[in-house]
Amino acid sequence: MARKSLGNIRRSFAPWADPAAIPQVRFESVTKRFGDITAVSDLTLSLYPGEFHALLGPSGCGKTTLMRMLAGFETPDSGRILLDGQDLAGIPPHLRPTNMMFQSYALFPHMSVFDNIAFGLRQQGLAREAVAARVAEMLTLVKLEGFAGRRPDQLSGGQKQRVALARALARRPKVLLLDEPLGALDKKLREETQYELMDLQAELGLTFLMVTHDQDEAMAMADRISVMERGRIAQVGAPEEIYEMPANRYVAEFVGDINIFEGMVISVEGEIIRIDSAAGLLVLDDPAPGLATGEKASLALRPEKIDILTAEPEGPGNKAAGEIWDIGYLGDFTMVQVKLDGEAGQLVKVALPNRSRKTETPIAWDDRVWLSWDVEAGILLRG
Amino acid sequence: MNRLRAPHLLALVFGIAFLYLPILVLVLYSFNASRLVTVWGGFSTRWYAALLQNQALLDAAWLSLKVALVSASLATILGLLSALALGRFGRFAGRTLFAGMIAAPLVMPEVITGLALLLLFVGLDAERGFWTVTIAHVTLTACFATIVIQARLVMLDRSLEEAAQDLGATPLRVFFAITLPMIAPAILAGWLLAFTLSLDDLVLASFTSGPGSTTLPMRIYSSVRLGVTPEINAASTLLIALVATVVVLASLLIKRDALART
Amino acid sequence: METGTKARFSPGRGWPAPRWLVVALPYAWLLAFFLLPFLIVLRIALSDTARALPPYAPHWTGWAEAWNFLQALDLESFATLVGDSLYLDAYLSSLRIAATATLIALLIAFPLAYAMASAPRRWQPALLILVILPFWTSFLIRVYAWMAILRPEGVLDALLRGLGLIDEPLGLMNTETAVLIGMVYSYLPFMVLPIYTSLERLDRSLLEAAADLGATPLRRFVSIVIPLARPGIYAGCFLVFVPAIGEFVIPDLLGGPETLMIGKVLWTEFFSNRDWPLASAVAILLLLILAVPLLAYQRFARKEAA
Repeated sequence: MARKSLGNIRRSFAPWADPAAIPQVRFESVTKRFGDITAVSDLTLSLYPGEFHALLGPSGCGKTTLMRMLAGFETPDSGRILLDGQDLAGIPPHLRPTNMMFQSYALFPHMSVFDNIAFGLRQQGLAREAVAARVAEMLTLVKLEGFAGRRPDQLSGGQKQRVALARALARRPKVLLLDEPLGALDKKLREETQYELMDLQAELGLTFLMVTHDQDEAMAMADRISVMERGRIAQVGAPEEIYEMPANRYVAEFVGDINIFEGMVISVEGEIIRIDSAAGLLVLDDPAPGLATGEKASLALRPEKIDILTAEPEGPGNKAAGEIWDIGYLGDFTMVQVKLDGEAGQLVKVALPNRSRKTETPIAWDDRVWLSWDVEAGILLRG
Repeated sequence: MNRLRAPHLLALVFGIAFLYLPILVLVLYSFNASRLVTVWGGFSTRWYAALLQNQALLDAAWLSLKVALVSASLATILGLLSALALGRFGRFAGRTLFAGMIAAPLVMPEVITGLALLLLFVGLDAERGFWTVTIAHVTLTACFATIVIQARLVMLDRSLEEAAQDLGATPLRVFFAITLPMIAPAILAGWLLAFTLSLDDLVLASFTSGPGSTTLPMRIYSSVRLGVTPEINAASTLLIALVATVVVLASLLIKRDALART
Repeated sequence: METGTKARFSPGRGWPAPRWLVVALPYAWLLAFFLLPFLIVLRIALSDTARALPPYAPHWTGWAEAWNFLQALDLESFATLVGDSLYLDAYLSSLRIAATATLIALLIAFPLAYAMASAPRRWQPALLILVILPFWTSFLIRVYAWMAILRPEGVLDALLRGLGLIDEPLGLMNTETAVLIGMVYSYLPFMVLPIYTSLERLDRSLLEAAADLGATPLRRFVSIVIPLARPGIYAGCFLVFVPAIGEFVIPDLLGGPETLMIGKVLWTEFFSNRDWPLASAVAILLLLILAVPLLAYQRFARKEAA
């Protein structure tokens, strides 16, 4: 049976799916320890030319260390890092064809914007005119014409971010490294900059490697995301794969909101699986090779995939009864918590999109309601 | 920058050696049995014994100690008040002059401060002795104490004081319950600095003391002008040991205090 | 209870009644024992030399007669200062010696401060105490320690002779070299501390960024470390240069007859020649000279802050 596409995107750029594609960067079994702490543990990952890759994870998961090893600021204890087939071991940072945009931007406070951007070019021994031309080109690229004479402390946060970007791009690196590139910006500016960065990446065709702890940022910008957990990669994939097909409970819970119903498999018929849980008998349609009756399994369900009804729904599909426990109006949607009937009384999050400005059947606290969702909406998590 | 590289280690060893070797030589030769400075005549504490017989030196040390104790205490009080005035009172009439007078003694050559104070005391026809030296020392060291205390006061999180006030404490109560305990290490440091500066001062004391009130540095100075003497080595060693002990103890105390607070 | 006490003291955010004392007490002290004495120095610098005790005229007899002093002013002492090349030489040589000492101190202090700032974090407090500790021990004793080392047949001579490096004594004692050594040694902590502070504050990611942009270690040092340590370097130079100019103890104990320094001249004029007006004039002129580095440093600091 031909499965439907995940999410609502059709991607044409997917070199990782092509066995003949040659990766540009390759981490091979890389391990890095700091004292007793293993920051990166036997990690293997390939980045493809032109890819926008995000390393996503909580602080301390090793994502920054992994990136700093590619830049040359940390040395792997074991394993290799290859760039265009060349082993980077022993090459100091200043000789590597990568450039980094630092989380703090690390703009040299005693130099003007011009000198900051020109710094890397001057190290290459570029002629004065060539330096000036390239700096001007970079300033245009980041829309900061006319700011060349300013000092970093005369710039706003967003402008500093652009200078840092221009400075890192000026040397035309093979790979641009971005350490929490939007972390210091406020929400509104973050979204704007996000799309500008994406456009820039598409325009330049460069490989970007970004470190972030913000899943929205990673989802919106990256071609692929590596979700990291304690020095290892929990899952690599396109954003919609990470979101709709999380490999395990860690990924499911880290990326986006999710409801998890724990239970036991009571029957497997092809791809139709039935699970007995505290919320009742649940049905889902998900391929699960080798799954046996009697195994422990959970059904994971995103809040936006659930409907709230005032009457018991008819027909197949899943349903559960409960009462409204909490309502949070968020503008674009309303997050409702429903307390299911029964001893466990599990709280289920439901995201109701606010498609119209007014509704005829508003909900209120303590209303009796029915939840309903498709058999294809749930994700099977084993164990 | 995580590991210490060879050139760094070399710079550290050379720098620290330069700072400590002269003192070490001095201490070493205070235990030399021989009177000759370059000849090692075996270990002996005879110069320490001789020190106890030197009544003039003991008198001078006692006077210096008294001056240092009194002047450091007065200087710390004035320093605390000045730091509060500069750090917590906003603008007041003559603040610029005040700040200037606090900073000036730090860069003023001691010979000038000493000369000026002496001319004042002569003009007032004051009898020169313990009190004139003490006043001179208070004037100099209060400025150092102010700087030390003010630095801590500036670092202090104002919201702590505001929180206390918000919870109903009067300004005076805020000062004694919040501000004072928080800056106590700096007050101690300021007192110590004032104490050691006073104990150490030769120039101001030479100008402002009178006959019969010779301080320890003055006594040491008049003997060493004539050359190196083992007795002075012994006295210096004792002084160094005293100051080093007090400073190390104080820094440990402050550190423990800081640790207890975190 | 809290509201009760609040009402008892003065209202608002001010201090209770003795608030003004906090300012007035130290203010009065400084006016009486700092500002007033300087006015007297200025006054006496402008009066005649006299052999009476106190050795100046007219005699100070009371505040009410201040006007009389003003009428007796003269510039004789300043004329002596300008006319006699001894004083000019002393000022110039003080500046030269202080500048040389500052430069040497900088050359020794910078590597030391850099090594301290680069050392592992947990060592740094101990290193800091090691550098500060000599500053707390007596200045006079530290200068005296060098007398034992530098004097003829002293520790240094004995050591070098023992190593077979010299046959004759070096004869360093009572020379300008000895004065320079004494100054560098005494004021080194003043140079190390501000430089260390500015290096320690230096954001490591700036060095990483420079490396990332292709700068070699030497380039990073010249383009990033030195410019960003500049406030510390200037502060250190200021803290060494200014006290060195007016220094008395070091040239007196370690210097020889030919090492001329203005602090020593002032001392001699006052204690040996008992020419109080001339000593006062020397002091006033020295203050004017000191104002130059002071204003220069202030300008730099203000520019830095802006």
